[in-house]
Amino acid sequence: MTQPVSNCPNCGAKIVFQWSSSVQTVCTYCKSILVRTDVDLKKVGQVADLPPDSSPIQLNTEGIYHDKAFVVAGRILYQYEQGGWNEWHIVRNDGASAWLSDAQDEYAISFAIPGQTLPAALRVQVGQQYTWNNQTYTVTVITEAHYKGVEGELPFQYWDKTDVTFVDLRSPTGKFATLDYSDEQPALYLGEFVEFDDLKLKNLRQFEGWS
Amino acid sequence: MSAGTPPLPNPPAKPQVKALHCPQCGASITLRSFQQAVTVVCESCHCILDAKDPTLKILQQFQATTGELPPLIPLGTRGKLRGTDYEVIGFQRRSIESDGVRYDWHEYLLFNPYKGFRYLSEYQGHWNDITVCKDLPVVRTGLVPSANYLGESYRHFQTADASTGYVIGEFPWQVRVGERAAVTDYVRPPRLLSCEQSSGETTWSVGEYTYPQEIWKAFNLPGKPPEPIGVFENQPAPATVSVKQVWAAFLALTIFLLGLMAFNDMVASKEPVFTSAYQLNPGTPKGEASFVTDVFELKGRTSNVEIKTSTNVSNSWIYLNYALISQDTGRAWDFGREVSYYSGYDSDGSWSEGSRHDTVIVPSVPPGHYYLRIEPEVDARHPLISYTVVVRRDVPVFRFYGYALVGLFLPVLYVTFKSISFERARWSESDHPILQSESD
Repeated sequence: MTQPVSNCPNCGAKIVFQWSSSVQTVCTYCKSILVRTDVDLKKVGQVADLPPDSSPIQLNTEGIYHDKAFVVAGRILYQYEQGGWNEWHIVRNDGASAWLSDAQDEYAISFAIPGQTLPAALRVQVGQQYTWNNQTYTVTVITEAHYKGVEGELPFQYWDKTDVTFVDLRSPTGKFATLDYSDEQPALYLGEFVEFDDLKLKNLRQFEGWS
Repeated sequence: MSAGTPPLPNPPAKPQVKALHCPQCGASITLRSFQQAVTVVCESCHCILDAKDPTLKILQQFQATTGELPPLIPLGTRGKLRGTDYEVIGFQRRSIESDGVRYDWHEYLLFNPYKGFRYLSEYQGHWNDITVCKDLPVVRTGLVPSANYLGESYRHFQTADASTGYVIGEFPWQVRVGERAAVTDYVRPPRLLSCEQSSGETTWSVGEYTYPQEIWKAFNLPGKPPEPIGVFENQPAPATVSVKQVWAAFLALTIFLLGLMAFNDMVASKEPVFTSAYQLNPGTPKGEASFVTDVFELKGRTSNVEIKTSTNVSNSWIYLNYALISQDTGRAWDFGREVSYYSGYDSDGSWSEGSRHDTVIVPSVPPGHYYLRIEPEVDARHPLISYTVVVRRDVPVFRFYGYALVGLFLPVLYVTFKSISFERARWSESDHPILQSESD
């Protein structure tokens, strides 16, 4: 895969896209949020300093999921009243894109599932059940989250957000679903919880006092 | 850009353990879980502080009672649990009240920066190693509700209102003293499934009963752990074998013994070697002289010899002094047998006592030529008594099988009884105590 290369329209730094389908990236140097157009990169915003977090995952962390290698290309950082979590955008070496979420070191991998009929945010209540792809999920928690910033490459434009509603659902078989109401059109993600050790992660962050 | 790309900015610093100070009393505060901490509690003035706030805003201050027990594993202690290093970062006392009595347990929050959080709970010396459920258990309501988790059924144990009474250290959630949660426990020893409901959020966790010695070893703690008191809800029964297994083994051995009995009966020759009938006329004087029988031959290998006496005694008795004598060696086996039979009617109906028959077995008699010396004794005023003596060799003896069965059954009874009393103790603390049956 030839990696598309351009320059940051703000500071001129070289911008390399790890993933050819990336729509948005953040300049490592000047923190400009850059969106790809047909011809070049357009600056759409600026990332303020991300609040410190202590996820062991970082950009370029590599891992294996279902026998396929992936690399972390970007992330969205959220906070809510009980802390923060990351949605890491991971890219498989076959080009598929997925999400590795890390909430207080509880890990899950999910994929965007387009073309489903989804309930309006106001109608959803804890305990309700929904079925997608022949799997029934129960609403366990509705979270009002605050968008805190982005890093790296994302498969869509995502930058001018403030408060976002998420609905988490779980199945009795370790599967989970997330309804993301950050856009006018809700988005559905389906996935499963994963064990840290099973992902065989490399290039992780180091923590002082822990090896 | 001829100068090339600028150098990379410094990578984000390694997360470090933060040393801070309590805004209330100035005591030092350590943040051990880096940015994961949401609330942190000052150990000296018991202020609950906002760990996300750079100035550690005070969220709550509580009064600790003087009798408050300190954590058995001090905050900051590291240990290895199931192959992963964990550090104790938080400690809280929670309680339920039942019939005016407060029951306390303690929870230890453990942290690893890669694996996340894990919990230990301790109640009267009983420990559980707890993680948050990834799969959603399915609750089934019924006479005794149950919950299915990972394909296994857990029985409802108790639903209670738990409140937090004491906290120190840090937590990745908003912790407050006085906070209440409805806690429902389901058990499948050695595991425990717990559902906590508070302010619209439901959290399931699964615990595994852990022996205190394992905790002491994992965290390298000095001294001995406190001895567990009573039976805990998910404590595995102490027997190393299950009651079912013991019964299965017992049944298998019983069937084996019955087979052996049948085999023994089949191969025993039960060969009759001598039969003779005798008669004692009334009025025969007491202590009539003894007599000897004809000689009979015991063939084959050394085996036992059965002497069966059948009489017609009725409300009378006969005593026979026997001697089995070898003609070849002169060796004698002496034995006396009493045969008596009484019967009649009384207010309870008919009754009887004794038997008209007697069987005696002489073990290990070598082959050869033998005869019996018989000396009958009877009552002075006896009726006509006739009796038959039958001698057989190599007869099966089943008495030992009886002993073996009783011997086998005793441990089965013991294990069953122990198990029943253990389960009764376990469930006595639950919402579903095992009721004593009427006959108890």
